[in-house]
Amino acid sequence: MNWPLDTNKNLGFGTQSVHAGEARQKPNDAITDSICCASTFTFESTESILKYLRENQDREEYGRYGNPNEKVVERKLAALEGAEDAIVYSSGMAAVVGLLMCKLSAGDEIVFFDQCYHRSREFCVKHLSRFGVVTHQVKTGDMEAMQNAINSKTKMIVSESPTNPHLSVIDLEAFVALGKRNQVETLIDSTLATPYNLKPIDWGVDYVWHSATKYMGGHNDLLAGVICGSKEKLEPVRKLRGILGSINSPHNMYLLERGLKTFALRMERHNHNGQKIAEFLENHPRIERVYYPGLASHPSHAIAKKTMKGYGGLITFLVKDADWQATAAIIDRCKIPRIGPSLGGVESLIEQPLVMSYFDYPPEQRAGFGIHDNMIRMAVGIEDTDDLIEDLRQALEAT
Amino acid sequence: MKFRTRAIHVGSKPDYTGAVVPPIYLSTTFVQPGPGDWGAFDYSRSGSPTRSRLQEAIADLEGAAGSLAFSSGMAATHCAMGLLPAGSHVVAGCDMYGGTYRLLHKICNRNNIEVTLVHADQANHIVDAIKPQTKMVWVESIGNPLMSVPDLQQIASITQKAGVLLAVDSTFVPPCILRPLELGADIVMHSATKYFGGHSDCLAGVLSAKTPELLQELYFIQNATGSVIGSLEAFLLHRGIKTMELRVREQSHSALRIARWLESHRSVKKVLYPGLESHPDHQRARRLMGDQFGGMVSFEVAGTIDTAKTVCKATKLFGLAVSCGAVESLIEQPATMSHASYDAQARAKAGIHDTLIRISVGLEDPEDLIADLDQALALGGGA
Ligand SMILES: Cc1ncc(COP(=O)(O)O)c(C=O)c1O
Ligand SMILES: Cc1ncc(COP(=O)(O)O)c(C=O)c1O
Repeated sequence: MNWPLDTNKNLGFGTQSVHAGEARQKPNDAITDSICCASTFTFESTESILKYLRENQDREEYGRYGNPNEKVVERKLAALEGAEDAIVYSSGMAAVVGLLMCKLSAGDEIVFFDQCYHRSREFCVKHLSRFGVVTHQVKTGDMEAMQNAINSKTKMIVSESPTNPHLSVIDLEAFVALGKRNQVETLIDSTLATPYNLKPIDWGVDYVWHSATKYMGGHNDLLAGVICGSKEKLEPVRKLRGILGSINSPHNMYLLERGLKTFALRMERHNHNGQKIAEFLENHPRIERVYYPGLASHPSHAIAKKTMKGYGGLITFLVKDADWQATAAIIDRCKIPRIGPSLGGVESLIEQPLVMSYFDYPPEQRAGFGIHDNMIRMAVGIEDTDDLIEDLRQALEAT
Repeated sequence: MKFRTRAIHVGSKPDYTGAVVPPIYLSTTFVQPGPGDWGAFDYSRSGSPTRSRLQEAIADLEGAAGSLAFSSGMAATHCAMGLLPAGSHVVAGCDMYGGTYRLLHKICNRNNIEVTLVHADQANHIVDAIKPQTKMVWVESIGNPLMSVPDLQQIASITQKAGVLLAVDSTFVPPCILRPLELGADIVMHSATKYFGGHSDCLAGVLSAKTPELLQELYFIQNATGSVIGSLEAFLLHRGIKTMELRVREQSHSALRIARWLESHRSVKKVLYPGLESHPDHQRARRLMGDQFGGMVSFEVAGTIDTAKTVCKATKLFGLAVSCGAVESLIEQPATMSHASYDAQARAKAGIHDTLIRISVGLEDPEDLIADLDQALALGGGA
């Protein structure tokens, strides 16, 4: 019997994190799901194969098409996101590639808001172009520019919200209206928001994309991605995943399911720490500017406040009168956050976008992306708030 | 640094890979520099990098000289009992996990170890029970299943004066709430299967020792008898520890709310939760634990053994199962489940009635849990 929680929106987010998507009574009466490593699944008889094919039965066949561990995670994520269906991939990038490869053909066009995870832009600009798909980029949040970039060949419009690393929050109501008006599909990379803070499906977005490597896994120990949407729209996407082979592994899926059990708690802490640290930084004399949607000074604050429950753990800030070396020195002085890419795990991480993600770009192009030499991105974990603030203080104030 | 920060970072210093989460070493043996010239690790029963990191984290959180990780809580308890010479005597709190009762009365007795059970929340009973052969006092920091709270500070001064060891099974009270070593205990034991792991998916136990000498003695027994934790479990346990403080805080918060609600329910005769003002040890619990009392709540329903059975079977969110301390809420009947290994007489004497129900509050929304208990109690037909 399946847990009836998937459809029961009245249950608390914490309850859903723990139970949704799981069978109430599991094999051997175990309280947790078993890890099913099988690469293939057997049939009792030829007759049972025929039955499976004719009746389109819901069961496993071969590990590239699906396995019990990823199915549980998909049901849980769909429930948390308020979506009909979810497809899990071996990484966030594999997820978006799987979706776009399915939905776009030669001659089609796609429009992006320009602030986004640099690899998603790179995939479209460098690689989808080889298959005859044209990518346009317009200024983040500029709905008029987006409208102007849409033409009869446009199939999809895409944005992150909040964006990485500038934390701009998109007006989803306007974004969805734009999509509907032009009959193009909408895709939101909601990695930085998570369904704890925002449910784009409720706003009418067609596809919600997450790097589940981040807050969903939450422990910096697995890679995963997910696309959420309607069953109908996702069916061909799932079929293509079976061909491309970018399914995740049963072991990883177990860890992801386990990580999701504390999802609500962790997000509450990320939100709390993020807000407190952003406020601390904004009031610090060495800081020129802080990008965090929970601050009244952020251009997206009003729309963020209207649509989101909290603003997560990612904070970007500029150091006053610092060149890239002086900025790097602050990072090097931090004792709690480790220096590294990624975000959303229990451990805090810190990095300088110039060095970490944009090292290969010429300065003019970096500036065009809004990446400054004195920019620091901190992915705040769930450590004690005061410990993190004290650590940042000593790193900023040491001479 | 504060508890939560240390729980996340101690024992996780990156190795040569820079990995933010250290690798899992499954290796059972380690290549040595030369014959008789031992490297940091030799054979994984004696120690492994994955276990070492876990133990380092736990020792830091407990304020211990060192910690040892075992394949189960009972393996850890058995190791501690290995300190007892044949013919010695143990004073133990009678509000105690059934498996520990069984170990003391059906395994340790084979070495002529004698046990006196006392109500540990009355420290004078411990004083009276100590005799020349007494080697150890064993108490649970919150008794299972009656939620008695012994005065660990006072007991520590008694055991120190008498020159006997104080060992505390603190399974119900994880170190983010209470650190018995700081109160004067010599050894603290946890069934890490519970709050430490926290996800009902790894069986484990830990011992932490106040002094390096005691740690060495325990390590000698562990290595000689071999019930060590495996590396995959050590990894899962360490992963769980990183969210322990958050989980326990939420569980304590929800448990108090549920206990208060149960107290006002007409089918509930009595609620046992140290966070309730009505609990006989409430003031003491506040002094020792502050404002968090964990996720375990016991209560007696009006009716018979069958009423309790019906209620346990009727919940939809609470799983009917033993164990506790994890993300998912559980319900059970001690008389027929967790404490079935007590003799019926000993159970009656300890006050573990047939109508007693024990719940372990998980991370679900407390409102959802209350609604579930409400419908189950209604089905129980309590007046
Ligand atoms: C916002 C955002 N989207 C997508 C991705 C890609 O996800 P993954 O690294 O899991 O492939 C990342 C992270 O790297 C990200 O930060
Ligand atoms: C208080 C207490 N002590 C000890 C144990 C034994 O631990 P384990 O089951 O990990 O062997 C348990 C759990 O069952 C317990 O609840």
